[in-house]
Amino acid sequence: MEFNGYVRENGDVGIRNHLLILSSVVCSATVANGIANQVHGAKVVTHQHGCSQLGIDKDTTLRTLIGVGKNPNVGAVLVVGLGCETISADMIADEVAKTGKLVETLVIQEVGGTPSTIAKGVSIAQKMAMELAKQQRQPVPITKLTLATECGGSDAYSGLSGNPALGDAADYFVDQGSRVILSETTEFIGAEQILCKRAINEKVAADIMKIVDAREQDALNMKVDLRGANPSPGNIVGGLSTIEEKSLGCIYKGGTRPIKEVIGYAETPTETGLVIMDTPGNDVESINGMVAGGAQVVVFTTGRGTPVGNPIIPVIKVATNARTYQNMIENMDINAGTVLTGENSIKEVGQEIINEIIEVLNGKLTKAEALNHCEFGLSRVGPSF
Amino acid sequence: MRKQYLIVNEKDNVATALVDLLAGSTIIIQEKDLELELIDSIPTGHKFSLVSIATDDFVVKYGEVIGVATAPIKQANHVHVHNMDSNRGRGDKN
Repeated sequence: MEFNGYVRENGDVGIRNHLLILSSVVCSATVANGIANQVHGAKVVTHQHGCSQLGIDKDTTLRTLIGVGKNPNVGAVLVVGLGCETISADMIADEVAKTGKLVETLVIQEVGGTPSTIAKGVSIAQKMAMELAKQQRQPVPITKLTLATECGGSDAYSGLSGNPALGDAADYFVDQGSRVILSETTEFIGAEQILCKRAINEKVAADIMKIVDAREQDALNMKVDLRGANPSPGNIVGGLSTIEEKSLGCIYKGGTRPIKEVIGYAETPTETGLVIMDTPGNDVESINGMVAGGAQVVVFTTGRGTPVGNPIIPVIKVATNARTYQNMIENMDINAGTVLTGENSIKEVGQEIINEIIEVLNGKLTKAEALNHCEFGLSRVGPSF
Repeated sequence: MRKQYLIVNEKDNVATALVDLLAGSTIIIQEKDLELELIDSIPTGHKFSLVSIATDDFVVKYGEVIGVATAPIKQANHVHVHNMDSNRGRGDKN
């Protein structure tokens, strides 16, 4: 099986050809936006951090921003920094440049203020945009796919319709030799015993236990009941009573195949097949972790309905029930609610998801893409100083 | 007629409503050869008990423990955050 993608210098394959304006630090956000606004098709990633960070927290932010720049859907990157921040533009650009793609940096304090930096950035980005427009897709094997899976705004149906159907699709792509990422560690709590049994060896099983324990320990350390944060108030209205119940429904989305490895947030997987990335349950943070890990597309099941998209990868939305599908029809790509009414089997909806993924790989816009949904957020693990 | 409920696993002691179900209505649970008269109204997506569940006993769905009863649950009661609690992530119990 093949799809048509953009083959990068390092052999990775993108399904989009984005020009990315990337802020290294919160202080360069307005300038980054100013550049992106004036250049055809430019995507912009800004965020709240990049300075006053230490240790593991700084490493995680840096690794995530590098990973976003390296993602194969990105054809060229202009990194915009301020000049005095903890995470400099060069720190990101030097690593991203190793992929062989077009990378440049711009530092506000060196160029001399906002209007000049925007003007210079527009000039650089214009050339990048015109270079990218010349690039063509080529046929590549499906083994080049890294499929991210996500569930958000879950309700009780998520574990009955949407996630099992997505799991069916996940199994299909794993069997074809692609990679699938299961994440949202908080939503393994109560179901980790099931995942451990599918680990390919004891080390992977131990890694699963370790990351679940760590997430649960965070709630314990805060001396609060996890309920309310996860499951969220909307999850609870939707029928999910406990994190255990939610998790047992969530893990379906990764399918049934053996789990090959466990990687940290925004790390790059080394195995094909099904892998687990340690991320929080927060939708935007978990998707961005998987983007940094090289995923080219994400399938996102939702019960309550969420419009969340991503600047780098297409988000395919699967509604778990017909009411949400109809209520937010401009945001929903697939209706898995037909499983609940008996109109379709889980396998049939799984096939619908597979077909949609292939079309999106080959260029079809998802509803989130067409509406320019570009939610982005970093996963912080420490305080600012 | 559209399915009214789903039981995920035969070990489950709760079922999940697939439509809004009214208190007092009769639900035929074919899998268990049971006829239940609902004590509570069950909003769509919410759970109702198939058997009585004593305080501190396990609530089972997907064939696994999803929590414990915090009050006596009668057969055909609404089962949710008002009468069941989680065993996990309980930093409030520290």
